[in-house]
Amino acid sequence: MNSLATAPAKTGRAIKPGRLPGNPALALWSTPIGKKVVMAVTGGILVLFVIVHMIGNLKMFAGAETIDAYARFLREVAQPELGYSGLLWIVRIILLVSVVLHIVAAAQLNRMNRLARPVGYEVKKNIATSYAAVLMGWGGVLLAIFIVFHILHFTLGAVGFKPGQYEDLQVYHNMIIAFHVWWIFAFYMVSMVALCFHLDHGIWSMLHTLGWNTRKNRRTLRALSRLIAVVVFLGFISAPIAVMAGWLH
Amino acid sequence: MNLKLKIWRQANASVRGKFENYVVRDITPDMSFLEMLDVLNEDLLSRGEIPVAFDHDCREGICGSCGFLINGVAHGGQKGTTVCQLAMRFFKDGDSLTLEPWRAQSFPLVRDLAVNRSAFDRIIQSGGYISAPTGGAPDANTILVPKEIADSAFDAAACIGCGACVAACPNSSAMLFTAAKVHQLNLLPQGQPQRDQRSLSMIVAMEEEGFGGCTNHRECEAVCPKDIPIQFIGQMNRELTRALRHGERKFAHVTRDAEPAEVKR
Ligand code: HEM
Ligand code: SF4
Ligand code: FES
Repeated sequence: MNSLATAPAKTGRAIKPGRLPGNPALALWSTPIGKKVVMAVTGGILVLFVIVHMIGNLKMFAGAETIDAYARFLREVAQPELGYSGLLWIVRIILLVSVVLHIVAAAQLNRMNRLARPVGYEVKKNIATSYAAVLMGWGGVLLAIFIVFHILHFTLGAVGFKPGQYEDLQVYHNMIIAFHVWWIFAFYMVSMVALCFHLDHGIWSMLHTLGWNTRKNRRTLRALSRLIAVVVFLGFISAPIAVMAGWLH
Repeated sequence: MNLKLKIWRQANASVRGKFENYVVRDITPDMSFLEMLDVLNEDLLSRGEIPVAFDHDCREGICGSCGFLINGVAHGGQKGTTVCQLAMRFFKDGDSLTLEPWRAQSFPLVRDLAVNRSAFDRIIQSGGYISAPTGGAPDANTILVPKEIADSAFDAAACIGCGACVAACPNSSAMLFTAAKVHQLNLLPQGQPQRDQRSLSMIVAMEEEGFGGCTNHRECEAVCPKDIPIQFIGQMNRELTRALRHGERKFAHVTRDAEPAEVKR
């Protein structure tokens, strides 16, 4: 609670007085606004990925052949120029770098923000922000856990399957087995709710951070952000629910 | 009307503070919030107690001196209004009000509800100037400014530096203030020579003062007595990337008054 106030506290500052690094990328990274811009750009890459991924998952409703062929296509595309899985690995590396930069920037900025108010308020009312915005940090942590679990689960078959159940490139078969396990189903649902919230604030936030928000288009951008979040959410939960309900088998 | 007040009392930054409860009576609806506190202070003085310290100067919403949180909302919650302009008719008879000073690492407490906002002055010092030729004053309107740009620069220039944006922000961020100060000059022809230098220096100064970063909660805009729009924040981010693209790297480092000056004789 309110203790002794405001002796000059340590801050999470990265900048030395005088000049920023000459390299433009390092200069950007050395300022908090620059880190925020990095978060917006990497977040944008992840949003695009999530949209494409969601559309891919809808192929579940077109049957086993279609979605399994799609999984093979992702590996065979741009062959022979890039080799088997070549393009897939390029995309994986871009996504991994994006996720890491996104999380590191978030952690560093969060630390700086906490240090900026050593003595808190007794009474503080938030009058403008949303639940989505307040939950960005915790939601992000959950999504990070989800991403690790998800890759161990569907890409590697290392968790969530009994020995011999997981079959490489048999996406339809794997999904049917996976979502009959109640706790896996529940974890995916909770994670998708977190994703929906993260996108609801995140997409608008990205557009604003990059300077596209104006007084006039604000409502449109916020509505667009919510629309994408909800569509992605419904798209992702549809296949697991269909499996659980027995519509897909 | 009669009100119950719970006010943060702290003699200075190095002693512990606490909330004290007071009752004020016979407040009329047309009094301003600060006039209501004047009534309380008169009463405290007459009883030989120490009056509540709060910053104020113009009392007409233009100087930016006043400000504290009323029930958790900076400047009390009437849109586009400073506490000095907030009339008591905004409240009801019998209301309980908690008054707290701005809380931020960068705004050290002076006493009770008054905090030191010199950090803002140093941000302005780092880049809030233009180069102007000496000699006779030029004729008015010799430099033409498109209407939209003039309006936008004026919107930014309306910032009175009260600090409510920092106080309301969950991250104690000074982005709205700094964005306003950057743009009131960056938008205009007169501000162009130092544009990149200004953006970089003011942004670095803001961070060196220990303010937090922006997570787009929009709390600042909601309490700003001058309705400074958050779009300036997004545009300031652009001004930074522009400055870095142009190779700008040097920034002004403003020393704090608090740093003891070397005595020379
Ligand atoms: C209910 C929602 C989801 C389902 C059912 C699902 C399903 C799948 C499946 C079956 C794969 C494997 C595809 C293959 O190996 O060809 C996969 C890969 C992947 N998913 Fe999801 N996914 C969901 C949501 C998400 C979300 C929200 C994210 C990101 C935040 C994500 C990130 C990934 C990544 C990064 C990969 C690729 C891993 C790799 O490089 O192999 N997934 N997903
Ligand atoms: S931006 Fe608004 S709230 Fe912030 S200092 Fe300026 S006038 Fe006060
Ligand atoms: S006293 Fe000047 S703005 Fe309130």
